[in-house]
Amino acid sequence: MSRALILHLGLLAVLLAGNVLLPAYHHGNMARIMVLAVYAMGYNIAFGYTGLLSLGHAMFFAAGMYGMGLAIRLADAGALPAMLTGLAAGAGLSLVVGLLALRTAGVSFMIVTLMFSQACYLAILYFGEWTRGDEGFVIQAVDRTLFGIDLSDPGNRYIAAWLLFSAVLLLTLRLVRRPAGRVFVAIRENEERARLLGYDTFRAKLSALVISGTISAAGGAAYGLLFGYAGASFAGVQYSIFPLLWVLLGGAGTVVGPLLGTLFMFYLIDLSSGFTEAYMLIAGLVLIGLTLFAPQGIAGELRRRLWKGLP
Amino acid sequence: MSAPILSTRGLSRAFHGLQAVSNVDFDLPPNEVRALIGPNGAGKTTFVSMLIGRIPPTGGRIAFDGADVTDLPAHARVARGMAYTFQITSVFSRLSVHENVALAARRRLGGDAAAVDGAVTQALARVGLGDRADDAAEDLSYGHQRLLEIAMGLAQKPRLMILDEPTQGLAESEIAAFKVLIRELAAETTILLIEHNMAVVMELADRITVLNFGEVLAEGTPAEIHANADVQAAYLGTGGADA
Repeated sequence: MSRALILHLGLLAVLLAGNVLLPAYHHGNMARIMVLAVYAMGYNIAFGYTGLLSLGHAMFFAAGMYGMGLAIRLADAGALPAMLTGLAAGAGLSLVVGLLALRTAGVSFMIVTLMFSQACYLAILYFGEWTRGDEGFVIQAVDRTLFGIDLSDPGNRYIAAWLLFSAVLLLTLRLVRRPAGRVFVAIRENEERARLLGYDTFRAKLSALVISGTISAAGGAAYGLLFGYAGASFAGVQYSIFPLLWVLLGGAGTVVGPLLGTLFMFYLIDLSSGFTEAYMLIAGLVLIGLTLFAPQGIAGELRRRLWKGLP
Repeated sequence: MSAPILSTRGLSRAFHGLQAVSNVDFDLPPNEVRALIGPNGAGKTTFVSMLIGRIPPTGGRIAFDGADVTDLPAHARVARGMAYTFQITSVFSRLSVHENVALAARRRLGGDAAAVDGAVTQALARVGLGDRADDAAEDLSYGHQRLLEIAMGLAQKPRLMILDEPTQGLAESEIAAFKVLIRELAAETTILLIEHNMAVVMELADRITVLNFGEVLAEGTPAEIHANADVQAAYLGTGGADA
């Protein structure tokens, strides 16, 4: 077993132990953080590994959340088919958006993804009859049962979040160490060179975006199912910025970075809002400090200082 | 003469009315070392950029290994056995030397990690960078980065290797080593060499094609080209051919 695998399995063990060790408040937070970290890991495939700076990933998160939620609300689907509907919605949307947006690059790509995402947000508001627009809708506890397990119970919810997080973490770890993942990195570093080594870079970028969008959708679907609510704010622009921040803070292009960044940011806001109403000021200052002194993010800094081979 | 591995017919490219390459018919037989020379702005880089598919021609056809590749994207041409090294060094600077070459080998060898490692070790040994495999490419000197480019070309095992000014910016000692390397390579692949350094061209090339104002001015052995009055005129700019 490689050192990298041991490290990541160790992290999963620590998170699992959290289920019995953490006090109730932090236990609830951690479940939420793991689900949001799934979203961040999805974002990291596109941004961190392939260099596709999207400003519209909230549409994929929301596609998962609404694909799942509407399947329950309108079609009375069970939790499992509803989750799968959410995943399919994310995969389909990212394929369509990718085919169009990947004809651009750089700043244009940022703007195009932002616009697509805004269109999705407005569509959720426009079809308020089904989506209940801004208000959103609650997913009843009775609908949140998977294989006979009640996901509204905090312990079950933590385990479900942990299982999804573990699956995505190990999937990412495997992907980035395989040839396909190496090509993503090559494209991030020098796309023209990768193309002239014989790689179909459009296809590779499209696969990266679809994998990224589908994982983001899994995060969104799980968030709705585990916490019982779907709302338009999750499709808003701030939910496109969050994963970018989390990934930058934690370390873009590292497997553990998204979790570290999500955890750090979540508690930064949580703790500073305990001191002052102007908690965003504290958060902002800490962010500036981190960009100045650890521009590669937390895991990026670990990679630079301690272990060059950190995947 | 055996069937050419690469040929162009009427190949042309205009940029906003400026004819950079005009109606070039070009044949390259297999296993030859062909040099492509010409004064600055003669259209050499435009010509090879069309061969590899970085820019589309405005007219004419390109055939590689008997098949028309004019409409194929660059990556598909590389997959058929062309390789190209950039005039301005273009490596994956933040990745390790090993990974740079592995990326070149992997497209051909796929997920077979052992075969990829073997190909990388072999390619790096041939250019003399065997002991630098774990360094980041950006930590190499300029000359070594150029050698890394060649190693990436080698790892692709191409049937046609296009080298765009490979000796640019190299020291004399590095150029000597480069010449040895190209002579070895010539035994296993066809080489199209764009080069400014006349000593390198005269020593390595089997034949030379001279481009001037986007057209083929002359073609022949190094001795023939050396003696050609038109070529001398083009380089000296005296119009001496008529004198």
